Amino acid sequence: MATHSPPYDLEGAMSYSPIPAGPHRTSSAAEPHRPKKLLARILFSSFLLLSLVLLVVNQRPAKLDIVETTPSTSVNDFSPARPLTEPPSRGVSMGASEKVFRRVSGGELTFSWSNVMLSWQRTAYHFQPEKNWMNDPNGPLFHKGWYHLFYQYNQESAVWGNITWGHAVSRDLIHWLHLPYAMVPDQWYDVNGVWTGSATILPDGRIMMLYTGDTHDVVQVQCLAYPADLSDPLLLKWVKYQNNPVMVPPPGIGHKDFRDPTTAWLSPDGDKWRITIGSKINTTGISLVYETADFFKYELLDGYLHEVPGTGMWECIDFYPISLTESNGLDTSANGQGIKHVMKVSLDDDKNDYYALGTYDPVKNKWTPDDPELDVGIGLRYDYGKYYASKTFYDQNKKRRILWGWIRETDAEALDILKGWASVQSIPRTVVFDQKTGSNILQWPVEEVESLRSDSLEFNAKLEPGSVVPIEVDSGSQLDIVASFELDKETFEVTTEADIGYDCPTSGGAVNRGMLGPFGIVVLADENLLELTPIYFYIAKGPHGKVETHFCADELRSSVAPDVDKIVYGSKVPVLDGENLTIRSLVDHSIVESFAQGGRRVITSRIYPTTAIGGAARVFLFNNATRASVNASIKIWKMSSANIRPFPLDQL
Amino acid sequence: MMKILISVILLIIMVVQTYAESASASQNKDPPLVVSTCKNTPHYRLCLAVLRRSPRSAKADVWELALIAVGAVKTEAERAMDAIKKVRKGGEGKEVAAALKQCEEVYDAVLEGDVQEAEEGLKLGDPKFAENGMADAVVEADSCEGGFAGVGKSPLSRVNSAVHDIAEVARAIIRNLL
Repeated sequence: MATHSPPYDLEGAMSYSPIPAGPHRTSSAAEPHRPKKLLARILFSSFLLLSLVLLVVNQRPAKLDIVETTPSTSVNDFSPARPLTEPPSRGVSMGASEKVFRRVSGGELTFSWSNVMLSWQRTAYHFQPEKNWMNDPNGPLFHKGWYHLFYQYNQESAVWGNITWGHAVSRDLIHWLHLPYAMVPDQWYDVNGVWTGSATILPDGRIMMLYTGDTHDVVQVQCLAYPADLSDPLLLKWVKYQNNPVMVPPPGIGHKDFRDPTTAWLSPDGDKWRITIGSKINTTGISLVYETADFFKYELLDGYLHEVPGTGMWECIDFYPISLTESNGLDTSANGQGIKHVMKVSLDDDKNDYYALGTYDPVKNKWTPDDPELDVGIGLRYDYGKYYASKTFYDQNKKRRILWGWIRETDAEALDILKGWASVQSIPRTVVFDQKTGSNILQWPVEEVESLRSDSLEFNAKLEPGSVVPIEVDSGSQLDIVASFELDKETFEVTTEADIGYDCPTSGGAVNRGMLGPFGIVVLADENLLELTPIYFYIAKGPHGKVETHFCADELRSSVAPDVDKIVYGSKVPVLDGENLTIRSLVDHSIVESFAQGGRRVITSRIYPTTAIGGAARVFLFNNATRASVNASIKIWKMSSANIRPFPLDQL
Repeated sequence: MMKILISVILLIIMVVQTYAESASASQNKDPPLVVSTCKNTPHYRLCLAVLRRSPRSAKADVWELALIAVGAVKTEAERAMDAIKKVRKGGEGKEVAAALKQCEEVYDAVLEGDVQEAEEGLKLGDPKFAENGMADAVVEADSCEGGFAGVGKSPLSRVNSAVHDIAEVARAIIRNLL
């Protein structure tokens, strides 16, 4: 037979290709007929096969009426650039598998919120406006006897949008009085949002407020504002610089990747000021540095103060010096011997605040982390719970470095709309270097919060394995709890088996028992423990006897409601020889801020119980370890309300 | 004989291939950005269907694609609201009525809160709020559907499922912007 194939074409495909005549066979008489019949059969079956194949291939994809789609059976061949439910793993096991958003627990989902439950959620001594949405803290400062807080605010609803600058003042960082808005989006350069900014107090007392404006064509620019009247302690009125914006996105920087200017610090020669602004190039987070002599004209310096690949957009950068030897804070311009610099970023990607300690070289305009493995964005977090967009300021009044953090809701947005508000600020925290570990900072609630303490009780107990001990507190919604735990030495020595791989977020919480943990306190619990929030330590003895202590806040059973986050937050915490394990927990209705080892690790939780509220909220001590006995001592203060309300301006 | 068989089989393969290509090509060729963006979502086909609906997707950047997806969530949420109203007229029992009321609140939040926040976040250039909004929409849809558990068959399963999945698609698209 001929060996060349006939040319293929669509039309010709189905047509019969005649077999070129070949040499005539001369064997049996029946044979000449068989090849034709076989060929016919082959062609016929091929035709059938082809038709079948075409029928399958020709299926139209899902109809445009999307409601008809049964999406769960759709082709699922994606390889996510960024995983959805698990943020990319960041350094040492630091809440890496925290689910960013609410989950609805399976099973009985029929549940109704009552007004009593929802109104209980408002806090008594944390800063929050009377209603509506709040996010980032802005421009905190101290001026003429008053602490000022500004904040991102939506006048119109309980979700983010239409951002203005809210304003409040306080004598003591705890008792706040609301003032009129400091700035509203009334210029072409900030009409789409008066976004986050920071204050710089000049040596002559002038205050320069730099903030991000979102322009009428949605470009992010930096703008200058200053008080209309510096002699006004309340700083009621603000003036926007007539030649705003003062900085626009430089070449190579996206119009939507340029926001949150920092407080300024002096350049090495002392004649200029520097600020940094976060951005990104592809997925590398970067920090741009600008220099200015007068806060009106700015020059972009070469290079970046720092950058870390894979961390995405850097929001709300904070950059400040910290003393290695003193317990006071430092002015933002301080540098020299015995001083390190903290670099902090809010990662857009996983909604957490990360920091690292390092060294700042002002001549080279570079900051270098002490430990590149724990670089900013991949290492330590300020807080292992819900905490974002934080910002420090130097409190020249009491010589402290004070940290503010935005705590958003972790319930379904429908509930925020129902209750008419969303978000609180953390209690301001002092920040100092941890001289004992040398590798982290310590955060601690400002001492002024202790002025809210009223009645107290103390209690000591030896907690045997598997014990739960109620504490006689009759109203457990507003408390300051200090608890200390000491493991029975003998059990600790005897336990030799290794217990590796513990990680708060994947641990399953306080129900899962180990030999040396979990043990700690339980807050916002009803007396039957149907709803409860354990805050605990879990000691894991690794191979070769190396001990790891974990500090966790377990929300898994914090509420029977299905539409709130239920996550176990936490991380490892360094514990030095001879140290007891300590927890301080500020309970204030739907927010709990817990500090381990004097502030070495902090976890902020939002809790939304349905029965463990009001007079029904209880506190317990517990030890769910299987081997260790724990000596526990606890002191609890009731906390009064901070009575946060509008400033009585008519009485001025 | 073998050669004929082989030729025929090869012919079939060629025909099938050409047809398959033309079948998908006949769906107005998807821009590469649409294809790659959709591959990074949990529902590839659904994503393609959603984006193809808008003529803007041909020249869109990722921000715009995200807005299209958010718009689709809005459309489905509006459908849900309509469906709730229709179902309500049926003289249903107290528990079903309560579940429907919850769904109404839920979809109110999706429209007034989630979609609103997502559109703002994308238009103004702060995408994390857009991600929040779409993630919440998933939860809200589940919350509506879950309200019927143990009460009766949900009359809103299809639309809840649609909102759930399209919101997941939108969220995945938005994550490219963070």
